[in-house]
Amino acid sequence: MKSMRFREAVREAIAEEMERDDRVFLMGEEVGQYQGAYKVSEGLLERFGERRVIDTPITEAGFAGIGIGAAMVGLRPIIEFMTWNFSAVAFDQILNNAAKLRQMSGGQLSVPVVFRGPNASARQVGSQHSHAMEHFYVNVPGLKVIAPATPADAKGMLKTAIRDEDPVLYLESETLYSVKGDVPEGEHLVPFGKARIAREGTDCTLISYSRMVHVCLDAAEALAAKGIDCEVIDLRSLRPLDEETIVASLTKTHRAVVAYEGWPYGGVGAEVVDRLQRLAFDELDAPILRVTTMDVPMPYNAKLEQLVIPQAHRIIDAVERVTYRRT
Amino acid sequence: MKEAKTALEMYRMMLLIRRFEEEAARAYSLGKIGGFLHLYIGQEAVAVGAAHAMRPTDSVVTTYRDHGIALARGMTANAGMAELFGKVTGCSKGLGGSMHFFDAENRMYGGHGIIGAHIPLAAGVAFASKYTSDGGVTMVFYGDGSASIGATHEGMSLAALWKLPIVFVCENNQYAMGTSLERSISVTDMSKKADGYGMAKDRFVAEDVFEIRDRLKDAVERARRGEGPTLVEILTYRYRGHSMSDPAKYRTKEEVEDYKKRDALNQLRAELAASPETAKDVEALEAAVEAEIAECVRFADESPEPTADLLEPTTYAGEFAR
Repeated sequence: MKSMRFREAVREAIAEEMERDDRVFLMGEEVGQYQGAYKVSEGLLERFGERRVIDTPITEAGFAGIGIGAAMVGLRPIIEFMTWNFSAVAFDQILNNAAKLRQMSGGQLSVPVVFRGPNASARQVGSQHSHAMEHFYVNVPGLKVIAPATPADAKGMLKTAIRDEDPVLYLESETLYSVKGDVPEGEHLVPFGKARIAREGTDCTLISYSRMVHVCLDAAEALAAKGIDCEVIDLRSLRPLDEETIVASLTKTHRAVVAYEGWPYGGVGAEVVDRLQRLAFDELDAPILRVTTMDVPMPYNAKLEQLVIPQAHRIIDAVERVTYRRT
Repeated sequence: MKEAKTALEMYRMMLLIRRFEEEAARAYSLGKIGGFLHLYIGQEAVAVGAAHAMRPTDSVVTTYRDHGIALARGMTANAGMAELFGKVTGCSKGLGGSMHFFDAENRMYGGHGIIGAHIPLAAGVAFASKYTSDGGVTMVFYGDGSASIGATHEGMSLAALWKLPIVFVCENNQYAMGTSLERSISVTDMSKKADGYGMAKDRFVAEDVFEIRDRLKDAVERARRGEGPTLVEILTYRYRGHSMSDPAKYRTKEEVEDYKKRDALNQLRAELAASPETAKDVEALEAAVEAEIAECVRFADESPEPTADLLEPTTYAGEFAR
């Protein structure tokens, strides 16, 4: 095991895969000379040169499309969005080209492209830079959507993403980049579609992913002091979604709270709730609750922003409700 | 007759495309073809000239008006017509339809329904050629209707910045669906856009298939030499409406008839028939095209439909991500 920060884990995955396979390249805004807007790609230009670490102008639809086109004819592009918010201007490329080329060509084409970058809230960056974009993308067949919470998964899942034959959307978090964790040494690949049990417990299942896993773990500690033992599930992979692990946990705890960033209407949380009620209806001792971003655009004001983003106390409150400690 | 053999081959392909589309229109009115059907009739010389300007290892990307270039690149009439009929023997297994002809073997990468969005995609194919130094050039077709949308601008900006081996062919058929050029763009000489990107440019009327071939070849070879993209505007005309549901009331009958008089296909036929070297071949060639067309309609009609077991394996490469 080696301790490293989340951003170093992402960088190591990119570097190892570029080392292994000449078809892999990194393209995006400020990934090269600037060394990455969040320093994820620091040193990669020096190591791999301008042919493989490519700075772009501000043209998300343009370079997302170039990544898809290059993947379609056999390359393995890693396309960095400075933040996932900017993927909105490339949404058509992801929806209509990346996700559909295989099917509309009758299976002739593959699009092994990875789109990656930080997602969801940062700190006071306002309404246009705080989106949790996964909720738009998980709806689309043809895409895979991955959201790791730890450096180990960040590395192992990005390596898996780069080797995948389908378009993979890989979500990081600005507020996770400096989080440290142990990463296995040597070849480390984490498969998609397998959730991770981040904390074992017996009274209530907390289901989350990305940065919010850490908030759930904080909430679980506080709840333990109150005598409620929570199991925390880190989904890691949003599409495909690991039904088996969440159903097994619910079968043990009979209660669940889903906590994540994103608006309450639809989205990943609604999908998790739908699957649990269909697959494990008889196991439920209480309605499943969701703790989400409030149903408003993100405000700039620091206090209002914290009010809008899901916090540990809201998770604690939801767990107390599903365990009937309060109404 | 210059290049008699090539002239006959070009005529054969132009005629095949026209007859293919006339039969497609007929099949559409019989209810054999559904959805949208955008005909290329009148523009055949562009696709055929373009195909002759390229090597088999070069690539093509186009919009939804895609039957012509697909056939010119070597797709069989059978695979094309079966796709229109929604049959599993079609080029895209009946999953794509008229707007999504794909033929990876002949490096024909669609067939795209979101105009402009295919320009960055094509730039990506050209990027791959540069990245791997495979010597390939990509030709991407778009219409006057795709010229103003954002993705077109982004794709061209990057292609010019990185000197990608690509040729942008603007098939200016004067109408973006029902909106005439004057009503849709402030500068109607669209080749001028090249100046803003620092690209080479060319602009001419599509009357002679040899001229189309030669001028596109100049652009293709410029790209192959690493000198970057060229924007080539070819002034052409579609005789039919935008799609089958369009009676084209936005233009006069006289205008259409005037263009038909200058039809590149008819002109080439007249030349071939007048030349002793080729005259004897014309009728046999036409009979062969008729037979090929009849066969493709029969083939499409009799082919089986795709079944549901195709859907999931064509959505993901491996296990379905749900």
